[in-house]
Amino acid sequence: MSDLFHVTLFTLGVALLGTALILPGGVALGWVLARRSWAGKAAIETLVALPLVIPPVATGLILLKLFGRHGLLGRFFEQTLGVEIVFTWKAVVLATAVMSFPLLVRTARVAFEEINPRFEEAARTLGAGPWDVFWTVTLPLGARGLLAGCVLAFARALGEFGATVMIAGMIPGKTITLALGIYHEVQLGRDAEALKLLVISVGLAFAAVWLSERLLRRRTT
Amino acid sequence: MKRFLCALMFAFGAFAAGAAELTVFAAASLSDALGEIAPLYARTTGHALRFNFGASGLLARQIQEGAPADVFFSADEPRMDRLEKAGLLLSGTRRTLLANTLVVVVATDGNVSIGLLQDLAGAGVRRIAIGEPATVPVGTYARQYLQKMNLWQPLLDKLVPLDNVRATLAVVESGNADAGFVYRTDALISKKVRIAVEVPLADGPKITYPGAVIKSTQQPAAARALVEYLASPAAQAVFAKYGFLPPR
Repeated sequence: MSDLFHVTLFTLGVALLGTALILPGGVALGWVLARRSWAGKAAIETLVALPLVIPPVATGLILLKLFGRHGLLGRFFEQTLGVEIVFTWKAVVLATAVMSFPLLVRTARVAFEEINPRFEEAARTLGAGPWDVFWTVTLPLGARGLLAGCVLAFARALGEFGATVMIAGMIPGKTITLALGIYHEVQLGRDAEALKLLVISVGLAFAAVWLSERLLRRRTT
Repeated sequence: MKRFLCALMFAFGAFAAGAAELTVFAAASLSDALGEIAPLYARTTGHALRFNFGASGLLARQIQEGAPADVFFSADEPRMDRLEKAGLLLSGTRRTLLANTLVVVVATDGNVSIGLLQDLAGAGVRRIAIGEPATVPVGTYARQYLQKMNLWQPLLDKLVPLDNVRATLAVVESGNADAGFVYRTDALISKKVRIAVEVPLADGPKITYPGAVIKSTQQPAAARALVEYLASPAAQAVFAKYGFLPPR
C-alpha cells in the first residue's frame, strides 16, 4: 500500500515538475509561433512537433546519447555542475518534460491565436509597453487555453514510458513511475499489483483530460 | 527464369519434405552463439530457426501466457522448473546444455579501478549495472553471490537493474554505469569492457543452461531434434568458441 502511494506521489511530483519546467519556454514559443512569422518557421514548427510522432524510445535514445555520462550535455552536467542525470529521478523529469513539450506549445499557440490582436494593439496605442500588454492583456485572455495546455502536458507526463525507460531505467523506489510500474509488475508476474497501478493511472488521466476538455470547451462558448 | 523456377521448385520440395521453421525462445546471453549455430543447423537439417531473445524470466512468462515457442533455452534452472511444474514442457526433452561463470566488468576506457569484489563498495563506484534479479538470471546469480559475500545490502543503493544481460553490458560500455555483473561470455564479445573480477567457478553460483521442447509445439519431432543438436559436438564447439562451458 505504501509502495503504491509512493509510486503515485512520485509520478505526480515528476509530472508537476516536468510541466513547471517547460511552462516558460512552452508559452514563449507558443506565443512566438502565434504572433510572428519568419523564414525558418515551418522547420521550427516541425521540430517541436517531432516528439509527438517519432517513437518515444527514439526520443529516449537521443536523450540518452546527449545526457549519458559520455554525452555532450551529460558530461557538462556532471563535470561542471556536479549533477548526474541518467538513471536518477532527474532523468524521469527530463524525459517527461521533453515528451509533453509539444502538447503545451501547440495548445498555447492555439490559445494565443484565438485572441483578437486588436486588443493588444489597442493596449499599445493607449501607451502600454510590449511586456505590459503581454502580462495584462494577452496572458489573461489566453489563460484558459494555457491552463488546458498545462493539464494536457501534465497528463502526457503521467503516462510517459518509452523515453523514460531508456534514460532512467526501472529502479524500484527511485525511477519507477505508474507507467513503468505496470510493465515492471507484469514482468514479475504480479498482475494484481499491475492492475492496481493501472486503475490509478486511468483515474488520474481521466481527471486530467476531463479538466482540460472543460477548460477548452467553456472558452469557446 | 529457368533457374528461378528451379529454385522455387527446390524450395517447395524442401517445404513438402518437412522443412520446419522452429521458434526458439532463448536467453539473451546466447544470442551471438545461436546466431552462428542457426545457419549451420539450417545447412544440416533444412530447418530454419527463428529466435526470441530476452531475459529468461520474461521468456518463461511469455510461454506461460501462451506465446508460440517450440523450444525454450533458459539461462537458469528455476525458470525452466516453473514451466515444468506448470506442465508446459514435453516430458523427457529437458536437458542441461551449457554452463557459464559470472564476472564483473568495467569500461575499457574508464578510470575505475576494481581488483576485488569489495572495491565495488568504494566511493569511486557510483552505479553498478545488474540484471533485474526477479526476471534476469544473471541478476539473480549476482544477487546470490553478493548476498553470500555480505555485499548485497552495502551495494543496494548503487544498483541499477536492467532488462537483460546485454542491456547490462551496454550500460557499462556506454559508461553510464561504472561496473556491471554479466556472464564471462558476454564480457568476451565486447571490446569496450574488460573483466575486473572473475567469480571463481567453485565459489560462485552454479550457472547452467537447460533446454526443452514446449508441449504445445506443432513440430515435436523437429523440436526434439534441435535440442539433441544443441548438445552435439558440432553445436558445443561453437558454444565453446564463445566461452561457454560444457555442463558439469
